[in-house]
Amino acid sequence: MSYPDKDAKAGWVSRLKSGLSRTSQNLNYNLDGLLNKRRLDEKLLEELEDILIAADLGLSTATKLTTKLARTHLNGAISTGEVKEALADAIAEILGPVAKPFVPNPTLKPHVVLFCGVNGSGKTTTIGKLAHALTRDGKTVVLAAGDTFRAAAAEQLQIWGERTGSQVFAKDPGTDPASLVFDALTLAQKQSADVLLIDTAGRLQNRGELMAELQKTIRVMQKIDETAPHTCLQVLDATVGQNAHSQVEIFSNLINVDGLVLTKLDGSAKGGVLVALADKFSLPVYAIGVGEQSEDLQSFDAREFANSLLGIEAN
Amino acid sequence: MFDDLSSKFGDIFDRLRGRGALSEKDVAAALREIRVALLEADVSLSVVKQFIDVVREEAVGQAVLRSVTPGQMVVKIVHDQLVKMLGPEDAKINLNASPPVPIMLVGLQGAGKTTTAGKLASHLRNKENKRVLLAGLDVARPAAQEQLLVLGEEVGVDSLQPVFGEQPVGIAKRAMETAKREGFDAVILDTAGRLAIDHELMMEVALVRDTVEPAETLLVADALSGQDAVTTAQAFNDKVGITGIVLTRIDGDSRGGAALSMRAATGCPIKLMGVGEKLDALETFQADRIAGRILGMGDVVGLVEKAAETIDREEAEKTARRALKGQFTLEDLAEQLAQIKKMGDMQGLLSMLPGVGKMKKQIADANIGDKTITHQEAIIMSMTPKERRNPKILNAKRRQRIANGSGTSVQDVNRLLKQHKQMAQMMKKMGKMGKKGLMGAMPPMAGMPGIAGGMPPIKHQPQ
Repeated sequence: MSYPDKDAKAGWVSRLKSGLSRTSQNLNYNLDGLLNKRRLDEKLLEELEDILIAADLGLSTATKLTTKLARTHLNGAISTGEVKEALADAIAEILGPVAKPFVPNPTLKPHVVLFCGVNGSGKTTTIGKLAHALTRDGKTVVLAAGDTFRAAAAEQLQIWGERTGSQVFAKDPGTDPASLVFDALTLAQKQSADVLLIDTAGRLQNRGELMAELQKTIRVMQKIDETAPHTCLQVLDATVGQNAHSQVEIFSNLINVDGLVLTKLDGSAKGGVLVALADKFSLPVYAIGVGEQSEDLQSFDAREFANSLLGIEAN
Repeated sequence: MFDDLSSKFGDIFDRLRGRGALSEKDVAAALREIRVALLEADVSLSVVKQFIDVVREEAVGQAVLRSVTPGQMVVKIVHDQLVKMLGPEDAKINLNASPPVPIMLVGLQGAGKTTTAGKLASHLRNKENKRVLLAGLDVARPAAQEQLLVLGEEVGVDSLQPVFGEQPVGIAKRAMETAKREGFDAVILDTAGRLAIDHELMMEVALVRDTVEPAETLLVADALSGQDAVTTAQAFNDKVGITGIVLTRIDGDSRGGAALSMRAATGCPIKLMGVGEKLDALETFQADRIAGRILGMGDVVGLVEKAAETIDREEAEKTARRALKGQFTLEDLAEQLAQIKKMGDMQGLLSMLPGVGKMKKQIADANIGDKTITHQEAIIMSMTPKERRNPKILNAKRRQRIANGSGTSVQDVNRLLKQHKQMAQMMKKMGKMGKKGLMGAMPPMAGMPGIAGGMPPIKHQPQ
């Protein structure tokens, strides 16, 4: 199957909008129903808090945001637009510092990127999309099929390799991922590839033995390059709820996670948990996924995300 | 008993004498905590609100079990209500159709449909003795059909060979024809992951449904899902019509509130749950287990019930009063130990408590167990009544005698005496302090948490 290559930039923006607008439609509907110039009192604040909770922001972040709103606007008459603006400001303020595009370091041959996360979060697909973006920029990319557990994970990556013109390094199912990664890194170095993207098997963060396997994989690749992986990205599904906190906490405690990728933002899921995560962990957000096609990976823009979340049209 | 001492001493006499039924204030205070617990467990807000209303009505006026705090009582009511809402438990996969019985799996991307298809095939073959055909309809995700083929091989179930370029409806038709011709009992159709808002793809899966008329359309959903679970489940139910839910990744550490949301939103039973990465890790749904997780309170309910059965309230009250006057004797301690033992084995008891999972190692290190309690009881039993009431007279010689008599060492005897002394002092202090802030003043009592905690308090902060 081949996907038509759409105009990249226009595609990005419109996709983000169409993805996030569903999120904001919900939030919007709620907000509009709530606020036709009302007095911002305790009851209204509580309703606002509920709306933010329903967007997966979580209780403490929701409270933090409404408290902030109360500080500036309590007991004043307020319109929907003003509430949206104020909330978007507050959210953008939290998210601003974490927005960080992925730029491979040209002095590294290769720049090693390790992907990790729970099962089904979208690691392999994200790698495919990132490979697409990198090869389009003229980079040479090697993909390492480090998920030797899930059936046909290597085949899935292989297809992405064909689509993007990247070399895929894979071994038999059940191979020790550490040894595979060792060989993949050796190969990528020999070819002085620009980027090595390493896929890993999905693992739930409470599975100690699987987390240990991931630690071992990293230790082993450091035998070749002490500084690898240069970027360790944790992939999160936008539909995830408050368990995202546990996922991020445990992964970053056990391995050195550099940043996040939030996937599946084109659904009805709010992705609001990202605000809570940024508030709590301050981990950079490198990219967001807004579809299944090659070009559906975008760099993360805090203001745009906040605006879209609250249904504010960009000027 | 001692939970009152350690957490909410100020209320004790009040509670023991006056309280018979749950007041609105009790319930409201407890429900605020419950609301937070449910939201943190990702139960959708609308479901939380409905749920709280139901519980409030149910709870006000209900009699409080004698040995339980109102907060605990509300937790029990909430728990029972949760189990009721999550149930029924024995919802089996419906195979009552003329074979081959079509079973279709639908859901979002990455929910675990393909893995579930493999597990379900294995389940039906091994537990129901059915001949199953696996058919991969996912032509969107690269290598999804290959994945299903490999899984089929691993569990020893036949798969429909994919034909390049064939579309889902065509594959479904061919699967049913093949199964009919070759005498299969059931066909599992693994569809592509799709967003509930993707109109085109939802139409496609509806078309597959019309083609095969599945006996079961199972929504495969991730236990890690957040607030959106309710939207997704509703949309799939509206547009495709589901007959049941399979909850995946129950082996994670999420609280799994999505289960409640989806159950409430669709009215469809949760039939199965995925509990691990192995292909036999599929279990029938247990409402009890999920209810406990959603509340995040361990099996407080079991504990409450056990306490109600075994703890002698009057005795406990007497002990408590004496203790507060600084008259906590070794006899009282022995009484305590016996009560704890009556409630069951220590490890089992501890494992019922919320948050104890994380403490397992510490518990092992602290070497707390039934044996410790038995030894401590033996030490006290080896004392004379006079010694028990006045441990001050215990000189080295007496201690040696007690150690010999109880089969322990002098060090063990000393440790027990030290602990007793600390406890007695603590209680005296608490008696003076009265109502406020007791927990903060409690030093950890190494080796004897059962005593420090007595009947452990649930996490309940009166507001």
